[in-house]
Amino acid sequence: MIGQILQFLFSGLTNGAVYAVIALGFTIIYNATDVINFAQGEFVMLGAMFMYTFVHFLSWPVPISFVATIICVAIIGMLVEFFTIRPAKNADIISLIIITIGVSIFLRGVAMMVWGKNPVAVPPFTGSTPIVFMGAAIDPQIIWVLVITLIAMIFTQWFFKYTIWGKAMRACAVNKKAAKLVGIKVERLVSLSFALSAGISAAAGAVMAPITFASYDMGTMLGLKGFCAAVLGGLGSGIGSILGGFILGILEAFGAGYISSSYKDAFAFLILLIVLFLKPQGLLGQGEVDKL
Amino acid sequence: MNIQFGSIKYQYIGLFLLAILLSFIGLFVKNDYYLNIFVLIGIQAIAVLGLSLLMGYAGQVSLGHAAFYGLGAYASGILTLHYGFNPYLAMLCGIAISAVMALIVGLPALRLKGHYLAMATLGFGIIINICFKEMASLTGGPSGLVGIPMLKLFNFTFDTSISYFCLVWAVFIILMLLSIHLVNSPFGRAFRALGSNEAAAQAMGVNTHIAKLIVFIISAIYASLAGSLYAHFVTFISPASFGFICSIKMVTMVAIGGMGTLWGALLGTSILVSLPEFLTVFSDYDVLVYGLILIVVMIFMPEGIIQGSLKLFRRFRYKETNV
Repeated sequence: MIGQILQFLFSGLTNGAVYAVIALGFTIIYNATDVINFAQGEFVMLGAMFMYTFVHFLSWPVPISFVATIICVAIIGMLVEFFTIRPAKNADIISLIIITIGVSIFLRGVAMMVWGKNPVAVPPFTGSTPIVFMGAAIDPQIIWVLVITLIAMIFTQWFFKYTIWGKAMRACAVNKKAAKLVGIKVERLVSLSFALSAGISAAAGAVMAPITFASYDMGTMLGLKGFCAAVLGGLGSGIGSILGGFILGILEAFGAGYISSSYKDAFAFLILLIVLFLKPQGLLGQGEVDKL
Repeated sequence: MNIQFGSIKYQYIGLFLLAILLSFIGLFVKNDYYLNIFVLIGIQAIAVLGLSLLMGYAGQVSLGHAAFYGLGAYASGILTLHYGFNPYLAMLCGIAISAVMALIVGLPALRLKGHYLAMATLGFGIIINICFKEMASLTGGPSGLVGIPMLKLFNFTFDTSISYFCLVWAVFIILMLLSIHLVNSPFGRAFRALGSNEAAAQAMGVNTHIAKLIVFIISAIYASLAGSLYAHFVTFISPASFGFICSIKMVTMVAIGGMGTLWGALLGTSILVSLPEFLTVFSDYDVLVYGLILIVVMIFMPEGIIQGSLKLFRRFRYKETNV
């Protein structure tokens, strides 16, 4: 009994950690640009795919592959911003949503061409003998997922609190015009925010790939779940999105375990609807919803 | 932005020209494959027309409209296959179900704005799609429903492409006519006001919440009707046809054609439905090119192709007269 609960809890924490990082990625871009980036899930997919390429084809050691993956996807993130978001400066919400959807379709198309349609297996970081803990079997990769997502979260919190770039980004999120007036180069920051957001999403993708397999179409659902997590926590709040991710992952795991596993994906969206209808500013969001 | 593309008189001329064009297509296109594409354009255009009223005129986003399209299709499929309903009665039931669903979801969702409304409708669409997949005893699960009967009128069965072509486009023209009058009616002016400035519309005494709700329900009805027509045309439906991607395509069709013109809905649908046919030259790269086209059109013509090319044309003429 305890073993079963622990098993669900760990599976929830693992998925939750990934959702939390994706939600954090959403939040970073949303704060810098007011854009909801529907291509966020594709960054996760690219992370998994690059990891596969480096580890499997080039047989690079895991740590180097991991860092290389993050750098590559961060650069792709910057390119996406430079070629699609920047030229569409004064576009309204619907146009921006469609542009990021276009980016997402495009990236998925490229991934399908490069890596093919079949899911690929990424070898686990350290062995695959499950650790038995109080009656629950835990895949060692799960520990890696938790550790790396935790590092990603701490890193972004540190970045926003203690670096001059992070502080400038927070200023940007509060009021872009005022930030410009005090000499902050907003365009460069937006570019950086895409790099950061794509980079941490790629880290999540790379570390979860050994558990779930990697395929060109894995990004859409992950992106949407991350999006639910971001709303649950309060759109625009960093801590909120992390909290939202974990809550979503755990609720989903227990819902799938005790209520119905076939409706697993529906739980996240049901929670999204309930939050939007009852408390649209989310758990920790402070911005007024009307402004949007 | 000039919302209207011309007075009602010009709209009638447009409809007349469309009818002539369609009769030429009906008379001269003998290849069933191409006719089927025109049928699919017509079906999709009906749904997109409704969404265009909601997005382009009332200014509300919906990223879950495929749910209503699917509800119509599944209502037709399930009621005719499992319960032996008359197809037209099933179609009406589908419309009623979609309208009630739109009311239930719209009531809380339409209080939200911008991103939040987009997310709520997105969540709704995905939940409905998962239900299509999982309620296997009714919907046939992921493999879908097979053998939906064709539509009949007295003793005539719409079993050829050309007969269905006529049916679908007749329905489209009737709905287009209704929509043109709706947009120019007092209620139409109310929801257009709401679309351009909600606070101002409220100040003028428009009950914006009710107005949004009514347009949302109307657009759901259009989508549901289109779904029923789709089910009876292809006689096979599966959840994959009504997923998130389908909702996104509908929104894109509205935006590419141009928001705030009903003709934009038709143009956007025609382009996006026929695009994959042209892209077969690119074989596997078609998705990629599709994505690129979306990005490029939205960056360079954010008002859509109709308004965008008009603008380009005006700029071009202006330059010429200046030389």
